[in-house]
Amino acid sequence: MSGDRPILEVRGLHKSFGHLEVLKGIDLAVRKGELVFVIGPSGSGKSTLLRCCNRLEEPSSGSILVEGVDVMAPGTNINAVRRRIGMVFQSFNLYPHLDALGNVSLALRKVVGQSRAEAELAGQAALERVGLAEKANSFPNELSGGQQQRVAIARALALQPAILLFDEPTSALDPELVGSVLAVMRELRESGMTMVVVSHEMRFARSAADRVIFMDHGLIVEQGTPEKLFNAPDHQRIKDFIASIEH
Amino acid sequence: MQLERLADTFFNLQVMQQYLPKIVEGFFITIQIALAVVLAGIASGLLLALVRAFRIKALNFFIILCVDILRALPPLVLIIGFYFALPAIGIRMSAWVATWLALSLVLMAFAEEIFWAGILAVPKGQWEAARSTGLSFVQTLTDVVMPQAVRLTIPPLTNRTIAITKGTALGAVVAVGEILYQAQTAYSFSYNPSPLVLGAVAYLILFIPVVYFGRWVETRFAWKR
Repeated sequence: MSGDRPILEVRGLHKSFGHLEVLKGIDLAVRKGELVFVIGPSGSGKSTLLRCCNRLEEPSSGSILVEGVDVMAPGTNINAVRRRIGMVFQSFNLYPHLDALGNVSLALRKVVGQSRAEAELAGQAALERVGLAEKANSFPNELSGGQQQRVAIARALALQPAILLFDEPTSALDPELVGSVLAVMRELRESGMTMVVVSHEMRFARSAADRVIFMDHGLIVEQGTPEKLFNAPDHQRIKDFIASIEH
Repeated sequence: MQLERLADTFFNLQVMQQYLPKIVEGFFITIQIALAVVLAGIASGLLLALVRAFRIKALNFFIILCVDILRALPPLVLIIGFYFALPAIGIRMSAWVATWLALSLVLMAFAEEIFWAGILAVPKGQWEAARSTGLSFVQTLTDVVMPQAVRLTIPPLTNRTIAITKGTALGAVVAVGEILYQAQTAYSFSYNPSPLVLGAVAYLILFIPVVYFGRWVETRFAWKR
């Protein structure tokens, strides 16, 4: 039953900032266990699409369903829905006043209502999953960029979300640190986590994505398997874009 | 000869001895008011900044208006107003309360502005990260934003607090028995300014540790980058 219902369903999503229309009608369904990669030129609306999914941005119109729950409905408890949608940011956004374990366990205590002991146990498990069990008591400023981003992933994972959204997770990282973050994402994919990833990591997309979506000017131009989109897209501008990224 | 006169005028031990108990009395009253001002001023300033964070337009208009007026008025004007003018409309308060209230309000206004600046200085990404994990607005404010904002706030707040608590000396105008009032009174009785020197020493004893404490707090809470 849960197999046929998409985890995330976006219908006719529009978003404007003042007079600027950033999303011009997006339809998207993400199935359980799917890794959807969103690519496109900057300003195409990729990040805004992600940010509308958990209502960090308020959509102008359209509907968004997470596990069948309408995120936009007036009666929906958005904080409860957000527990089910993890988000990983380009700039990590770890809490600098808390150590890694504190970062990962804060929402477990405050949102889920676990005791400190329970939350730290679950938090420790999440840190272990991203390979940072031994960094539990390190503060963000004592961690490398790659480690910080993995803690941020653990923070989202700890809540056991139904879907994880990645907003350019490796763009702020030094090249040699990108691999460690991608390795964690690959492990998540293999364990069946549903993910939507906005990123320019084309090699990762080719090897890990189930589906690639190309966005431009607030619309989905084309979508398909990585082979199709990277090797034989229907649109010339996709070829041009991919060539410009992979120079 | 000149030196002797100087010593006799400003460091007259006999006069000093006579009025020392009065200065000590004033010393403790100054501490009393200062502590009460710091507590009330910072607590209410923090509260106002937290309320302002909700960004309720009409409410914030009043907060900003009050804060701006209080920051513009000299504290002495407030003290005299509270003590001499308010009784005309039936509101009476002791000189102690008038001084405490005036200084607390001024500290509240500055503290609110400082806390608010601290809240604004916390990057937007912190709010977004916290909200994305399901934390409510209030939880984000108390558990993520304020711990960072307060840390940023400590150096300017310490400086402002010292500056305003020194204003307890203004209470002398409405005859609060704090250090300056005692020293001035002793001076008029003895016709010798030595008690004023004694008063100055009392202020140094009181505020130099506070200044050093402020410096310690600044280094202690400086961001490790």
